[in-house]
Amino acid sequence: MTATPSDSEARAAYALRLGDDALIAAQRMGEWIAAAPQLEEDVALGNLALDLLGQARSLLTYAGQLEGAGRDEDAFGYFRDERDFVNAQVFELAHGDFGFTIARLLVTSAYQVELYTRLSSSTDDTLAAIAAKAVKEVDYHRDHATQWTLRLGDGTDESHRRMQAGLDAVWPYVDELFETDDLVQRLAADGVAIDPADLGEPTLAYVGSVLAEATLSRPDITVRHTGGRRGIHTEQMGYLLAEMQYVARSHPGATW
Amino acid sequence: MTTTAADSIRAVVAAVPDPEIPVLTIDDLGILRNVTTSDDGQVEVTITPTYSGCPAMEAIASDVKATLSAHGFDNVSVKMVLAPAWTTDWMSEHGKAKLRAYGIAPPHRLAGPVSVALGVHCPQCGSTETRELSRFGSTACKSLWVCSACQEPFDSFKAI
Repeated sequence: MTATPSDSEARAAYALRLGDDALIAAQRMGEWIAAAPQLEEDVALGNLALDLLGQARSLLTYAGQLEGAGRDEDAFGYFRDERDFVNAQVFELAHGDFGFTIARLLVTSAYQVELYTRLSSSTDDTLAAIAAKAVKEVDYHRDHATQWTLRLGDGTDESHRRMQAGLDAVWPYVDELFETDDLVQRLAADGVAIDPADLGEPTLAYVGSVLAEATLSRPDITVRHTGGRRGIHTEQMGYLLAEMQYVARSHPGATW
Repeated sequence: MTTTAADSIRAVVAAVPDPEIPVLTIDDLGILRNVTTSDDGQVEVTITPTYSGCPAMEAIASDVKATLSAHGFDNVSVKMVLAPAWTTDWMSEHGKAKLRAYGIAPPHRLAGPVSVALGVHCPQCGSTETRELSRFGSTACKSLWVCSACQEPFDSFKAI
């Protein structure tokens, strides 16, 4: 099947969303290398970051091919400004303490497992292939986050307190993952994309079961942050991009 | 090109070692998917990554080209495919034996009527009295274990 131009444009926009989620998540996760509570955890989070970066590279490369304007993964990663990034805000939040990092990983990996499981049956062969590869990886991430949530939530008073505080800080950003719009609905109707609205229930069911076992409570929130898919980001995004893009922008065209 | 020539080209490519676990060839690992040759001497090699972020893919592509070049084949392209997604079930039995001898516990089989990990055997002493120290190891494809019988720590290849 040949994609019509407008169809390619929509697919590119969708691939960019998923690619930006993975790229920004990888950047945040990589910040833990040499700073995690244990040496094993340095290695673990470094490996998670590498998986996410690999997924980002595939997705951004595909977005560039669909766009057809000559942009590659580096052009997307290093030479776009903040308003052009379309990741959900939850991925860009500063990594905080280990409790926050695990709370975020639990929710985002649970979301990615539901997403990539379904997307591996996409009518778009490339997205299906990327998803079939990614689902094995994010399943392992979810397992890692689950084990830590159980240990910390059902651990000491201090570990419980910090794990719950992490969840409380993540929760206002969770609903954005499940927001729908015209773009995804149109692509979902063609079997290309997965409507995020369908992912909320299974994701939160999984997370809820882990929280219950870990003696943690699902936060009760009144504020919900959103806007990432439209290029609206938190203050923390600027600092992340400055660090991620500095070398490439200081030495444009450099190769190594 | 004759079948014999195509076979010998494949044999050359199949012998390229994995840069991170050099005891295994890319064929043992199951990441070499295909080698095709055309009448005008062009060789196309298809490889697939173990993990999306496997940093060895670029090194493998350049090793494949360098090896073929040393055998007189300069018109070579290396293609990377994601589908079907790599599984440790593609690792050859020969490869698993080499891995064990090298000190890395090989992955258990996932496909078949039952997929059960019957405990990881220590590659040093063979004991099943082993436990996982960390679900992540020196590369994305391995986890870190220790043997309670001989006290040796060892890497175990994750079954995916």
